[in-house]
Amino acid sequence: MDAPIRTASAMPIQEMGVETDTRDYLAHARAHARKAGYADWTIVDIDAHHVETVHWHEIIDYIEDPVLRHQATMYQKERIGAPPYGLNGDLGLRYQDVGGRIPHQSSRREKVDEPGVHLDVALTRRAMEALSVDYMVLFPTPMLFIGMHPQVEMEAVLSNAYNRWLAENVLSAEDGILSLAVLPFNSPDAACRTVEEFGANPNVIGFTVTSTRYKPVHSNEYMRLYRMIEETGKPIAFHAGYHWQDPSLATCNSFLGMHALGFVWCNLVHMTNWILNGIPERFPNLNSLWVESGLSWVPFLMQRLDDQYLMRQSEAPLLTKMPSDYMRESCFYTCQPLEKSSEVGLKATFEMINAETQLLYASDWPHFDFDAPRVIYDIPFLTEDQKRNILGRNAARVFNLPSKAGARKAA
Amino acid sequence: METVRVGSVEEFAPLPARKVVEVGGEEVGVFRLDDGFYAWRNTCPHQGGPVCQGRIYNRVLEALDAGRRSLGRRYDEERVNIVCPWHGLEYDIRTGRHPGNDGMALEPVAVQVQNGEVYVSL
Repeated sequence: MDAPIRTASAMPIQEMGVETDTRDYLAHARAHARKAGYADWTIVDIDAHHVETVHWHEIIDYIEDPVLRHQATMYQKERIGAPPYGLNGDLGLRYQDVGGRIPHQSSRREKVDEPGVHLDVALTRRAMEALSVDYMVLFPTPMLFIGMHPQVEMEAVLSNAYNRWLAENVLSAEDGILSLAVLPFNSPDAACRTVEEFGANPNVIGFTVTSTRYKPVHSNEYMRLYRMIEETGKPIAFHAGYHWQDPSLATCNSFLGMHALGFVWCNLVHMTNWILNGIPERFPNLNSLWVESGLSWVPFLMQRLDDQYLMRQSEAPLLTKMPSDYMRESCFYTCQPLEKSSEVGLKATFEMINAETQLLYASDWPHFDFDAPRVIYDIPFLTEDQKRNILGRNAARVFNLPSKAGARKAA
Repeated sequence: METVRVGSVEEFAPLPARKVVEVGGEEVGVFRLDDGFYAWRNTCPHQGGPVCQGRIYNRVLEALDAGRRSLGRRYDEERVNIVCPWHGLEYDIRTGRHPGNDGMALEPVAVQVQNGEVYVSL
């Protein structure tokens, strides 16, 4: 061996864990951003998450009903070993971290010492910096189950409290931290009030239906809601989730199987009802956004519905074109988790959904199947223009967001 | 190709042990198991995650009885995996290969031991 020999520097972090700073955890994403030159791109992340239950003691202060608010306060103050007040969910069936293999999914206990800055703002800023994102839309996490709440009224109580807390404490147009307000969809009148309250809020750029629920989206009781949302010019989003207690999914013995199916199943059902009942015909200016089901379900459903529709058009009389035409023209999709094991399949999917105009980037950070922007950047069959569309321009158009290309931090 | 010193053999304890280093902007994970040293680039082929900075797990197996009925899962005491902290992809530290997909593997780095010192060549 020839001398002199250099000594390699030990990396400051040998093993990443729940206490690792987000910026260190995502340092490789940041390095990619520098190499790719994202400083010149507008990148919009349509789906990232925070864990709202960490601040449940703050959120309950926004419960409007004074009796429930008092009840919640006492519960949070005195009840030991209990989940957050009033919130339904799946308790300990949360195996997303694969037994500790993916620490950032479990917790972000990194040091945050920024007086006067809300913890969720600080953590979101760090993720945005690391992922080189200009706008990040925050969704709740345990509340994705709220459509299954046994108390219909409580869905509205908690959704309203969450929306108000988020708007007052976390959202910031200056920072680019935005939301799609959670609709208490099981109570159509309450959902309409959510649109009235947040329709003009510039930091609330649309409205979310948490998809895990057993409600037909074509029910007549929702037509007023859709009209109101259409009038705001903002989209309606269906954010997928799973439901292990669903009788079919309860046959799955692994989180892998249940999650793979569950996060698609709810949106498959809602999309089928949405299209076959002609919602895009009734509300031609209402954009729908389908979030966190990946993409491979879309070509499947397009082909399936088209095939059946031709034989049974009389059961979908509002339609004037093929179901896949509506799915390609009036629906938008977020890419995460991008199924990319087959380039042939991915290319066909992108063509079928017209990804160049209909696909929006989403990270889903900090969840176990998050996607950094390079999942789009690295796709070999896309031009740079198409990549820029998917990573930001499409979202900027759909949500009417100003371009920030070149206006933010030096990459 | 340049050879750089990573550290002394004694630094790699207890087993399994690992040291992730940076040389001229390149990151390498050096691992010591009971049968020797292994080194891999700190880049996951899945999405570019810092694979060598993840947690170390033994490979999981599923045992079947003679009737092919499942007896449940257990850890393989011999095979040790490094798990990418971004998405959980596992790679055998000895072979660099994903246990469920032979075509997915880490990029190897040459590692050698001389006079009680560990070196990698990049």
